[in-house]
Amino acid sequence: MALIVDHNKALSTSPLKVSAPLGAALAFMGMRGCLPMFHGSQGCTAFALVMMVRHFREAIPLQTTAMNEISTILGGMDQVEEGLLNIAKRAKPEIIGLISTALTETRGEDMAGDVKVIRARNKELADIAVIDVSAPDFSGSLETGWGKAVTAIIKALARPAGNHAKLDRVNLLPGAHLTPGDVEALKDIIADFGLEAMVLPDLSDSLDGHVPDSYTPTTLGGTSVASVREMGRARLTIAVGEHMRIAAKTAEGITGVPSVLLDRVTGLDAVDRLMVCLSTVAGMPVPARQRRARSQLVDAMLDGHFYFGGRSVAIAAEPALLWSMGKLASDMGATVAAAVTTQPVAMLAELKAERVIVGDFEDLEDQILEAGGADLIIANSNGRQVASRHGIPLFRAGFPVFDRLGAAHLTTAGYRGTRDLITQLGNILMERPGHAHEPSEHAHGHQSAAAG
Amino acid sequence: MLKAKIAELMHEPGCAKNQAKSDGDRKKGCGKSLTPGAAAGGCAFDGAKIALQPITDVVHLVHGPIACEGNSWDGRNSWSSGSDLYRKGFTTDLTNLDIIAGGEKKLYKAIKQAIAKHKPPAVFVYQTCVGSLIGDDVDAVCRAATERLGTPVIPINSPGFVGSKNLGNRLGGEALFEHVIGTVEPDDAGPCDINILGEYNVAGELDQFRPLLARLGIRLRASITGDARYREVAACHTARANMVLCSQALVTLARKMKEKWGIPYFEGSFYGISDTSDALRNIARMLVERGADPTLTDRTEALIAEEEARAWARLEPYKARLAGRKVLLYTGGVKSWSVIQALQEVGMEVVGSSVRKATEADKLKALERLGGDEDKLADAITPRDMYAMFKDGKADMMLSGGRSQFVALKARTPWIDINQERHHGYAAYDGMVALVREIDLSINSPIWAQVRAPAPWENS
Repeated sequence: MALIVDHNKALSTSPLKVSAPLGAALAFMGMRGCLPMFHGSQGCTAFALVMMVRHFREAIPLQTTAMNEISTILGGMDQVEEGLLNIAKRAKPEIIGLISTALTETRGEDMAGDVKVIRARNKELADIAVIDVSAPDFSGSLETGWGKAVTAIIKALARPAGNHAKLDRVNLLPGAHLTPGDVEALKDIIADFGLEAMVLPDLSDSLDGHVPDSYTPTTLGGTSVASVREMGRARLTIAVGEHMRIAAKTAEGITGVPSVLLDRVTGLDAVDRLMVCLSTVAGMPVPARQRRARSQLVDAMLDGHFYFGGRSVAIAAEPALLWSMGKLASDMGATVAAAVTTQPVAMLAELKAERVIVGDFEDLEDQILEAGGADLIIANSNGRQVASRHGIPLFRAGFPVFDRLGAAHLTTAGYRGTRDLITQLGNILMERPGHAHEPSEHAHGHQSAAAG
Repeated sequence: MLKAKIAELMHEPGCAKNQAKSDGDRKKGCGKSLTPGAAAGGCAFDGAKIALQPITDVVHLVHGPIACEGNSWDGRNSWSSGSDLYRKGFTTDLTNLDIIAGGEKKLYKAIKQAIAKHKPPAVFVYQTCVGSLIGDDVDAVCRAATERLGTPVIPINSPGFVGSKNLGNRLGGEALFEHVIGTVEPDDAGPCDINILGEYNVAGELDQFRPLLARLGIRLRASITGDARYREVAACHTARANMVLCSQALVTLARKMKEKWGIPYFEGSFYGISDTSDALRNIARMLVERGADPTLTDRTEALIAEEEARAWARLEPYKARLAGRKVLLYTGGVKSWSVIQALQEVGMEVVGSSVRKATEADKLKALERLGGDEDKLADAITPRDMYAMFKDGKADMMLSGGRSQFVALKARTPWIDINQERHHGYAAYDGMVALVREIDLSINSPIWAQVRAPAPWENS
């Protein structure tokens, strides 16, 4: 049991937290033909855009209502209208995500009301889905914005099956901590059960890093508006990550399709639960390919546990990723010596750590010092300064990862993803024999091989 | 107060672009309104941060919700040869309750904690949209903190909604003028001290021209603000001349320093071989005019002759590898003519250059270099048109900022970064050679033939 400490300090130093509107924009990146727009200063967009560009190494379609001094005083409805019309004219999107920011929320804009009026008087917008999302920067973090955007999309577009027949389909609502690689892996797993996946949002189709045949001013792929409208025809909705709870409940309420919430999809027991769930929906036993993958994971755990046992891991991440990584580390025998996150999510108390601090990289550093060091840090690229100051290897995960290639393809979901994660973390730990007392490599590697 | 300052900044008499305007246009100021749904670029806060963050040893504290700092900290590639305090992100991270109750107390507490923990020579406090909207009086908090805590706490009044990144650069310069420059009297002022304004030590570029200055006995009193220390900037009013790079950003600061401390300034550039030489000549001339040893002029000419000859000789081997290759230059357009010159010198054909931020005089120079072909000068090229240029073979490569990077790469076209996120320094003589080397590595990379070849099953 961990104590969750949220000391709400006045001076945040080297923030871990990324803003909620960015999370909402990221969710819209998984919608096909989409061009989201922040209702705020142009800097709100520029910062978020640059951060996503650096992480994915892809063009990011994201616009701004470019609030100025006058519209900040008089109200931004005209800016919203002009922005929507400009986007409609120039980019011809299928869907526009209109996302509020701290600026417009503080001044109390009625964005939803404004959008209704604007749509009523502009025929150009008739064929475009305009989804408004309230996600002020001063409330929550990346996960919050992502969850709110997905919920807003479901509310606006999803409907019950009505007279349409059910399909061999499941709806998948992945959390913000899952990469395009993770989503791809989950789609493959679902396909192994003979089911089709409707993924909302589907980053694996837009930000997976591919080269399209022509220039596109909107997202390069993703979930279509039409397929969200068909959510009611699926047999089950599977959501991943605590922050997807509201989205899953909303989908169930609107479509009548039952939903399950998986806390994570990394780790033996977690993936087992996913398999049971899919096996039940598909009415078939777990396919041979997945059984083999499970066996490989079990083997990776057997081979790898030597290098985790007694080692200490420090993690700074959004709640869902901290939960997923922290559980895996302790399930492999490592100690979670430091855990820092962005929001006080109750379930994090179940982590095998003394404390979970709601804070920043300064808190991570203090925790590491208090623990007398750590063998490994798991965090986004902003953890690099702490890591290099203390000579601790940094495994980059989460958002943003801008100083390594392949952030989009880091796959930790499913049996294979977990196997590969254990391999990568184990290799780092193996290269750095116990920082204090563990002669890990010689004790478990060479000697046992010699004995055998 | 802020409004008056912005109006003043928008009518800068020292701005070359402003001087070139008709009286009527000048009266309108340079305040461009941004188009919703079709705007790009940073806000005033971003600009102020770009201008000041490179001061390495102070605490840069952002008073706002998480987006302003959380989404941007440690993202600029400005190097330090000393302290790395500037690479930490500090913010009051305003949340719901702060917005209801007001953030002044939290800000004061944050300043106090920052000073206690890091003991910086100063704290820079950046006001943002939300802090401004809820009426937090950052000036008053900074004043109180300076008095009570004994460390200068400098307010930077630059909420994002007041305008663009460029305006923010200038607001940053204003803060230095009002609160920092002239507050420390150095005991070692010399006749060959200069400042360079608008230089941010991106990828360590200072080290590409600081040694040249040192060889001439010229001391860089302060770079504003690349690799700067607070006390250097505070004491920089004793310099004998100012050079302004990236002119539109800090020219107001240069003019005010001239008015207040009589420091003459000129606008110059260290990008390109002939520009670097011109810059060195101008620095030497100004220092001699103000009483420096007159032999400086001849020594400067000798250094220029030697360095130019060396640079051209080092560029020679690239001619065969780059001749006839078509390059699109898509920069802010500031002084792009001097880069055009260097690229042409190694035999490349410049098929286009953007001039959206350039002055009329610079446009004319660029036009001259491009043989009077106006079609090659573009204000802005849409991504769609740019993509078509590459697909149709009208350009073999592009030099631009990160924003248009993927237009080139997705068209399987070589691209290199010449903006502030770049990882190589391109300043002065060595920098120009480095740029040409990067162009060669990029355009002659073995990957292009491979990635452009169709998959075997796509062959008809």
